Amino acid sequence: MRAVKLCTSVLAAFLAINTLSARQQTATPSEVGDGQQLFIANCAVCHGPDGDSVPGVDLGHGKFKRASSYDNLVEVIRDGVPGTGMPAFSKDLSDLEMRTIVAYFRFMAATAYSTSAPGDPVRGKAIFEGKVECLNCHRVKDKGSRFGPELTEIGAVRRMIELERSLLEPNAEILLQNRLIRLVTRDGVTITGRLLNQDTFTVQLIDSKERLHSLQKSSLKEYAFLDKSPMPTYRDKLNPRELADLVSYLVSLKGIGGQ
Amino acid sequence: MNARAPLLVSIILSSLLSASISSGQVSFERILGADKEPENWLTYSGTTLSQRHSLLNQITPANVKNLELQWIYQARSLEKFEATPLVVDGIMYTVQAPNDVIALDAATGRIFWTYSHHPEHGRPCCGRVNRGLAILHDILFMGTLDAHLIAIDAKSGHPLWETTVASARSAYTITHAPLVIKDKVIVGTAGGEFGIRGFLAAYDTRTGKEVWRFNTIPGPGEPGHETWGGDSWKTGGGSLWMTGSYDPVLNLTYWGVGNPSPDWNGDDRPGDNLYSDSVIALDADTGKLKWYYQFSPHDEFDYDAVQVPVLADMEWQGRPRKVILWANRNGFFYVLDRATGQFLLAKPFVEVTWASGFDEKGRPALVPGKIPSAEGTLISPGNPGGTSWYSPSYSPRTGLFYIPAWVNSSSMFVKAAVEYREGRNYAGGTTRSTIPFNWSPAPNFRKEEEGYGAVRAVDPHTGEMKWEFKMADVTEAGILTTASDLLFSGGREGYFFALDARTGELLWKAAVGAAVQSGPMTYSVNGKQYVAVNAGTCLFVFGLRQ
Repeated sequence: MRAVKLCTSVLAAFLAINTLSARQQTATPSEVGDGQQLFIANCAVCHGPDGDSVPGVDLGHGKFKRASSYDNLVEVIRDGVPGTGMPAFSKDLSDLEMRTIVAYFRFMAATAYSTSAPGDPVRGKAIFEGKVECLNCHRVKDKGSRFGPELTEIGAVRRMIELERSLLEPNAEILLQNRLIRLVTRDGVTITGRLLNQDTFTVQLIDSKERLHSLQKSSLKEYAFLDKSPMPTYRDKLNPRELADLVSYLVSLKGIGGQ
Repeated sequence: MNARAPLLVSIILSSLLSASISSGQVSFERILGADKEPENWLTYSGTTLSQRHSLLNQITPANVKNLELQWIYQARSLEKFEATPLVVDGIMYTVQAPNDVIALDAATGRIFWTYSHHPEHGRPCCGRVNRGLAILHDILFMGTLDAHLIAIDAKSGHPLWETTVASARSAYTITHAPLVIKDKVIVGTAGGEFGIRGFLAAYDTRTGKEVWRFNTIPGPGEPGHETWGGDSWKTGGGSLWMTGSYDPVLNLTYWGVGNPSPDWNGDDRPGDNLYSDSVIALDADTGKLKWYYQFSPHDEFDYDAVQVPVLADMEWQGRPRKVILWANRNGFFYVLDRATGQFLLAKPFVEVTWASGFDEKGRPALVPGKIPSAEGTLISPGNPGGTSWYSPSYSPRTGLFYIPAWVNSSSMFVKAAVEYREGRNYAGGTTRSTIPFNWSPAPNFRKEEEGYGAVRAVDPHTGEMKWEFKMADVTEAGILTTASDLLFSGGREGYFFALDARTGELLWKAAVGAAVQSGPMTYSVNGKQYVAVNAGTCLFVFGLRQ
């Protein structure tokens, strides 16, 4: 289950990080992507997907116990920390791979903080379920619609800055697994839904009424991806405090065992 | 052969088969004449010409809709199942990854015996796989993940001899099916992502003793050594990932050589880096180089020449010519004269952005700036290539060459410094591809312009595509054609299908539930034709409903 969660995390975060990394100069998109994969494969088991599971260490925010600098961090990865749970990776990772992981840490730290002030997740939950009506399209645990992306563990797989951007600019980035598709059957029936899978002959999707469809492509006369998200922007619908509260609530959603 | 073959024919065939089984001898003459006994599949690609084209014609475009599953072998392994089986007189031999040899009744799938080799080391870049066996007389030959060559008794499954080809601790490995020529068995080493120095070697089939060796990365005093700066040749890569071919008239054996090491950073290996990314033509008796052609000089894209050399005889500009047909990972389709290596034609079969053309000798003209960089450079085809190790096919009947292609695939190529350490990754950078390769099947959310797989049929005389069969996802499946103008292939999304080889029309398909990552083959037993292919961890065998 953990593995599934981490895989989802990688997939979900991947495009976002590639996009964001174009704005900063500390690492190339490929370094960030590779670093993330290496991090997930080697580090996240103990340090958590956000790098903050070991007390006193927050890898995504430049907070370390043993390393005094990023350069020093490569040595810690290579040699480990005797007497602690931190093993030496000298036999498992090349120097390049260790430097790539550190480049990912640099990226994490450089993009860690939202421009919003930290909000109140309790107020954020009320906004989520009330004013903004997020549950009309999204689901958290056993509440809400399954049509849009599931948010039960969104705080574990997306970062604050990414969540804020999704609220303000929902079309800036649509992850592959959140793509919508519009189909018209030869009988003239139109079906719009979130794409779940497709192959040469068939397509699978879930529609807004949470019905699962599996159709033969030969039965369709139209098959088109929808490039715009049905989610509206909340730029003018939430004030900065409400936005911060809502983002704080989303960040608090860490999965079925979380809040 | 007609499905309602008279009883008498069946009886005669059965008695012939019984005789063959009792003799148990696959002479080299039989291997050379494999096209004359299409009921068998005696070498990796069907014949030493490697066309993966069968003369069996019981299954036709008209009746292929009646294909149904005959039996399944479920591998006791979770590794990718890439082997092409051999079939000899009703007995099938295949390899369950990494190195278990299985002998089965080819008509029923029942197991005669299993031989297991457990590689202690072996660290290939791309899966703990094996692509098959070779046979001579009643001896099977398998290259292993830990770079051994093992001879196995075909009737009992008992090992006869075992030779250490190279050091697995230095990341040498063998994943391809060996090739038997005369009284020798030929294998090559792989491990180009770990800085090996590759070689191809021939071994005495009776003793396992090395007879000759050809270094794909030439050392001091060997021709081509001057194409390597400094000591870079010592870790120059040059893997052999796929089985070669053989022309008995020219007595030449042809092999495709893999990338130079490090893959994506050529700074420390100035020069053309021969014979990486080349086809080499060797005298089969001595291993001496007759000619070579390098597809991608000083490669920094990992564009291995990791393809099976397909040999064909055809009219070329008004006269008969012995040629090699080659769809390369670098995105170009090539035609070469196989007697001399003369460059005859090159044309892209997918989008290519790294080269703009060729001089008259066939040297590619590089596009300025299209090289890996620290920031990353977007280049087509991507690192998985326009194609890769997946077997193509050539049909002498249609005159078309069939390529398993990755279309609209590109990668960011990122260069980084790297230091050689024995047995460790030595790639010199990384890539980020629009379509990852070597992945397990996963939901496909891509649009067509973001990459798809196809069977592309190319006219070898012009390089022009005559038709394509598009798949929503990419393909790691080989292609088989038959004398009834059928084409069999599959793809990552888990279908195995038959096309009309002349038009590309889909005639039949079966959902096999996992990626097809092997080359289909066909054979017959007691007059009944079968088609076999691996998907996921299973071997599926189809035949006509009766």
